[in-house]
Amino acid sequence: MLSEYTLRARMGALATLASAFALSACATTGTAGDTASASDSKAKTFAARSESEGVFPSTYKAYPNIATAIRGATIYDGKGGRIENGVVFMSGGKITSVGGPDTPIPADIAVFDGTGKFVTPGIIDIHSHLGDYPSPGVQAHSDGNEATSPTTPEVWAEHSVWPQDPGFSRAMANGGITALQILPGSANLMGGRSVTLKNVPGRTVQQMKFPGAPYGMKMACGENPKRVYGGRGRMPSTRMGNFAVNRETWLDAIDYANNDKAKRDLGKETLVGVLKGEILIHNHCYRADEMALVLDMAKEMGYKVSAFHHAVEAYKIGDLLRENDVCSAIWADWYGFKMESYDGILENAAFLQREGACVVIHSDDANDIQRLNQEARKAQKAGLRLGIDIPDATVIQWITYNAAKAMGIEDMTGSLEVGKMADVVLWNGDPLSVYTRPEKVWIDGALMFDAMNPKTRPVSDFELGQPGEGDVK
Amino acid sequence: MKRILQLAVCATALIAANPAFAQDVVIANARLVIGDGSAPIEGGVVIVDDGKVVFAGKPAPGQRFETDIVIDAGGAWVTPGLFATVTTLGLADVSAVGESNDITARGSPFSASLDASTAINPTSQHILVHRAAGITRAATTTMPSGSIFAGQGAIIDLDGDSRPVMQARAFQMINLGEGGADLAGGSRVAAHVLLRSALREAQALSGKSGIPQTTEIAKGDDVLLSRFDAEALVPVVTGQQKLYVAADRMADIRAVLALKSEFPRLDLVLVGATEGWLVANDIAAAGVPVIANGLIDLPETFEQLGATQSNAGRLAQAGVKVAINAATMQDPRRLQQVAGNLVALTRVPGAAGMDWGKAFAAISSVPADISGMGGKAGVLKAGALGDVVMWDGDPLEVGSVPTRVFIGGVEQDLTNHQTRLRDRYKTLDESARPKAYDW
Repeated sequence: MLSEYTLRARMGALATLASAFALSACATTGTAGDTASASDSKAKTFAARSESEGVFPSTYKAYPNIATAIRGATIYDGKGGRIENGVVFMSGGKITSVGGPDTPIPADIAVFDGTGKFVTPGIIDIHSHLGDYPSPGVQAHSDGNEATSPTTPEVWAEHSVWPQDPGFSRAMANGGITALQILPGSANLMGGRSVTLKNVPGRTVQQMKFPGAPYGMKMACGENPKRVYGGRGRMPSTRMGNFAVNRETWLDAIDYANNDKAKRDLGKETLVGVLKGEILIHNHCYRADEMALVLDMAKEMGYKVSAFHHAVEAYKIGDLLRENDVCSAIWADWYGFKMESYDGILENAAFLQREGACVVIHSDDANDIQRLNQEARKAQKAGLRLGIDIPDATVIQWITYNAAKAMGIEDMTGSLEVGKMADVVLWNGDPLSVYTRPEKVWIDGALMFDAMNPKTRPVSDFELGQPGEGDVK
Repeated sequence: MKRILQLAVCATALIAANPAFAQDVVIANARLVIGDGSAPIEGGVVIVDDGKVVFAGKPAPGQRFETDIVIDAGGAWVTPGLFATVTTLGLADVSAVGESNDITARGSPFSASLDASTAINPTSQHILVHRAAGITRAATTTMPSGSIFAGQGAIIDLDGDSRPVMQARAFQMINLGEGGADLAGGSRVAAHVLLRSALREAQALSGKSGIPQTTEIAKGDDVLLSRFDAEALVPVVTGQQKLYVAADRMADIRAVLALKSEFPRLDLVLVGATEGWLVANDIAAAGVPVIANGLIDLPETFEQLGATQSNAGRLAQAGVKVAINAATMQDPRRLQQVAGNLVALTRVPGAAGMDWGKAFAAISSVPADISGMGGKAGVLKAGALGDVVMWDGDPLEVGSVPTRVFIGGVEQDLTNHQTRLRDRYKTLDESARPKAYDW
């Protein structure tokens, strides 16, 4: 009998052979304008594609749609607008018109009566680890933290995403999530690139990749990096160590950017992408004082922070965050589970809104991603109790347009505007009520979930033949 | 000074409560929730006398009684205090800060004999925060860490006085799923042997006094059952102390129910029971109550493959007594949100949920009943503890919070670290002085 070790060794040898073959095949046929023939092997050069030539490109294509209108519903447009008894019309995968009851609806299209119901843009979660920490959460699936070096800007979250994570379907069916950013974890100061996904089931992650979405890079302040590496007797073991390692790394990246002859370096390519403004910084950071220091580091090195994530103390520096045009991606009520979350308060979002700073409600959790609408309501009500009256339509913006903006996809999705992707949720009531659930979810105009039709419940490969396959979840 | 109140003429006089003493309180004109599963009562009245409820319901015309304080609820929701189970309230300040955390004791040779009541901190911020969220009583316990036995949980109140423990050693908790398997040395099989060995040791000790003489069960340097742990299981095996068993997989639940054939006096309670809906009729037939995970719908482990938010609703439909498990949510103050979601499920085709009254009972009277506090906590009936909460909205709706909380008839201070931060940061103005002077 073959031992597992022997088998793996044999498979490994086979894999090596296969990849060598693939490499040569590619090199002889893949380069445009290269006239060298297959027999002319001495003349050919080997070259990896550069990122600008397209690597790991999205293969997402919108699924078939039929022209559809919803009429009679209350519409939140995602940018703070509210329309009573409104009409949303989508065709060709795009929003075709949005307006009041007189908005024309063509004949011979599918029309849903939205009376008593609500329509919002698809909900967007800016902070998820679905696929990277999928269910079941066994050690073999733990793919979210490359915790072997405090800076790993060279890793890409998409290379860890398991498309069969059942969490994607729960997020759609219960949370109306149509797009989400998958981030590396926070063990490292620089955790690697994020990836933005359309929340459609796919056999490959490329089928889920949001076309045209910029990359993000995850950074982390505070307790996690210093604990993970300090615990191993290596730098950083303190918050000042965190900053020193970050700054040295940025200085190296700047040198790299200025050196035409430098050997390709995947990590530095990511960092240079940040310096160029092409890759957005998503910085896990709880404490107000640390966020202020990060903003100064960003100025020193010449990059911009798109959003502070978790940011439980953002309310202490709402003015600073507004002035620096940084969003705060936050929970409504998480507090007190670790030292840097000790000052979490329910009013965080409302106080940021009071200052005119950008608010995003995020999940960081496979369960909470199913209820971002409810989390947003908690934060809204906390403000209302203090006289900070934030309209429902603005609260919906926290989990739609503002998230899209901080992810750099606001020109494509995040609001119900003509020409944008028809990422739409029809709710069976007020989406800010605990008693409400998504009734239908469209992504690029394709009906991907319908609570009225059990066959529209996505079932991942993992769930087939298991207890509860296809059950309501 | 007592005053006579005639309810037909709704009095609105309000005398400031002295929080040091239980005073007589009448709350009138309430949207009153009894907590027993019944629907809210419009125009309801609750009367608390000497720390206990003496009346709750729709007053008879002309009904009169003596009182110190009359509160006109103005139609607001008034409910019993919420009862949270299973929690760790009072056992940690910051869970990730090890030195502040008494929830686990991996380095201890003791397990079943651990007694949470010895370390409850009534001024823990978590207790203050959860009191302000309307939770007035809780079952709180250490968690399994060195062995499958978590230790003995306590029933506590959240009034922050010097006596938080209402009932010490109210229940023992064990894990018979993946977690217990790991703690027992690596398999469910080992966990079951450890449990049976421990219960047999306890049977042998039953009725004996003095220093317990039993065999210690150890694995290397890890003690899985000390003599004193075996002694602590005597009330379990004799049915005097409830045994909470954490199990999620259908087969594990069946194995728990089967324990009764070997140890007939066990007073079992299932905790978690993610796949309970698959064996709902068996659970109902065994008369074992369930502290169910409310909204777990992901196969987070191989023992939760059948997870669905409809689990609690399906169990209830089968006749099982179902409370909502506070241990699987971010914080126990989310109980109201989870219960509200169970109501939402009643509007989802194919799903099972609970109507409003049943959902509220699942976070009030039912967990109290499971905790041995039936008729005393989580319910507004004559003879119950005077735990009354007034709300600024529907108590199962997200974002609703209490406006006033009474525990045992005593009005509670609702300030805590969070409300103090809130008050400090109402503005960011530091033009005169730094924020540190604003308190």
